[in-house]
Amino acid sequence: MTAVAVSGLRKAYGDHEALKGIDFMIERGEVFGLLGPNGAGKTTTVEILEGYRERDAGDVQVLDVDPQQSGPAWRERIGVMLQSSSLYPNLTVRESLGVFAGYYASPRRPDEVIEIVELGEKADARVRTLSGGQQRRLDLGLALVGDPELVFLDEPTTGFDPGARRSAWQTIRNLRELGKTVLLTTHYLDEAAQLADRVAVLRDGLIVREGTPAELTGGEVETEIRYRRNGDEFVERTHDPTRRLHELTSDAIARGEELEALEVRRPTLEDVYLELTSE
Amino acid sequence: MRLFLHELRTEQVLFWRNREAAFFTFFLPVIFFLVFGSIYGSDKIEGIRGAAFLEAGMIGYGVASTAFAGLAITMVIRRESGVLKRIRSTPLPPWTYLVAVLVSTFITFLIEAVILILLGRLLFSVGLPTRPFSLLVALIVGAASFAALGLGLTGLVRSAEGSSAVVNFVYLPMAIISGTFFSPAKYPAFLRAIADVLPLTYFTKLTRNIVVRHDHIWSQGGAIAVVVIWGAIGLVAALRGFRWQPREG
Repeated sequence: MTAVAVSGLRKAYGDHEALKGIDFMIERGEVFGLLGPNGAGKTTTVEILEGYRERDAGDVQVLDVDPQQSGPAWRERIGVMLQSSSLYPNLTVRESLGVFAGYYASPRRPDEVIEIVELGEKADARVRTLSGGQQRRLDLGLALVGDPELVFLDEPTTGFDPGARRSAWQTIRNLRELGKTVLLTTHYLDEAAQLADRVAVLRDGLIVREGTPAELTGGEVETEIRYRRNGDEFVERTHDPTRRLHELTSDAIARGEELEALEVRRPTLEDVYLELTSE
Repeated sequence: MRLFLHELRTEQVLFWRNREAAFFTFFLPVIFFLVFGSIYGSDKIEGIRGAAFLEAGMIGYGVASTAFAGLAITMVIRRESGVLKRIRSTPLPPWTYLVAVLVSTFITFLIEAVILILLGRLLFSVGLPTRPFSLLVALIVGAASFAALGLGLTGLVRSAEGSSAVVNFVYLPMAIISGTFFSPAKYPAFLRAIADVLPLTYFTKLTRNIVVRHDHIWSQGGAIAVVVIWGAIGLVAALRGFRWQPREG
């Protein structure tokens, strides 16, 4: 079952081609990460899928509906967390959830959502008294209160302290256990590695890599070997780390030397990402 | 209908919860009525008692502050903070939302008009309106026209920070020039020329003729026409300039 199907998607703003024809699929129940630097086309992609923007060309199906032809029945089934907080400062947390719950035919109970996003202690506090991280958790709660099948999370943990990020990650993992489909855009590579079943990396309006985090950091990617000899630092990248390491170490042993600060490292998703997006 | 009532209730909670905004849009005309009423309430202005003149004037000032200025500032802040964008992602139909916002604004203005009329009766012995139906129609036409102008103005305001500056720049001079506080008869000619085209001049005249001079709404075709034309201009501007998404990003 497919939740999102995108093919040949194009969008230009004047002369600037923001999306130059991208294709990807998201299966139901999957957490899909969309990565890329600012200006790569992430927000344009997500806003087309959410129904905010019209595309120039290509096919888009979100929950088997073209977002450009969507209506209230379709919006019952999606939840949107925008990149910046969009809240009523003078309502309490519980009132905010009550207001948005009222827009849906079969919402979750606000108290249940308060528990999911761990705002129990702040349930009756005015939104403007919340910290930035707490406001983001309420944003997440508002995206969940309609009990959607598909949730769009646009940089959900920006500005969180490390503890709050880990608890937000747990919330997002719980969504997957509930069978929700999640489209996550993020700048944080560890976040994508932690949460996403699959990721796509956007650059200049094209998808330059797509796969599971393991696929992106494995396979053809080179392993890095670092060591110091006579005070000089050496860094090698190889597709054949076992043999190369054997050569290096036997050579060193034969000469009675120590390879100082020897390190063998598989690239992280971050290394792959930086390589893909920095050229 | 359920969604409409839910949003109407939400809008009322949001309005009264925002103390500063409620003060400037709702209570200020009431306070001005008390202050200026006690200063020149017994004088004669345009052949009627000052308090009666001012009561109709403050209803006019009230429509400008609630339906025009208050609505414009609120909608710009909601647009720029992403609240409007978020609402568009929910099943709440956009027209249901907008109609609820407008009806809520009208309810607020109606409460204000009733308070002004009661205070006029209790403190300044101004007679109660003898044409309640005509008055209600005038208030609806005025609120609708000024709300259209307010929504039209949102298209010209780029940022939430700038919203109250821009809106106040338009509506405070308008309120004074239009003769809500003082009679424009004594103004210099160029101010009177401006007053002659402003919608608030005609809305205030309309209200004054109904409340003080006991005229029927249908004897006021000219004033209604000017107010409605301005409302139509606002509507065109709103249809062209109203946005759900923030200007930035």
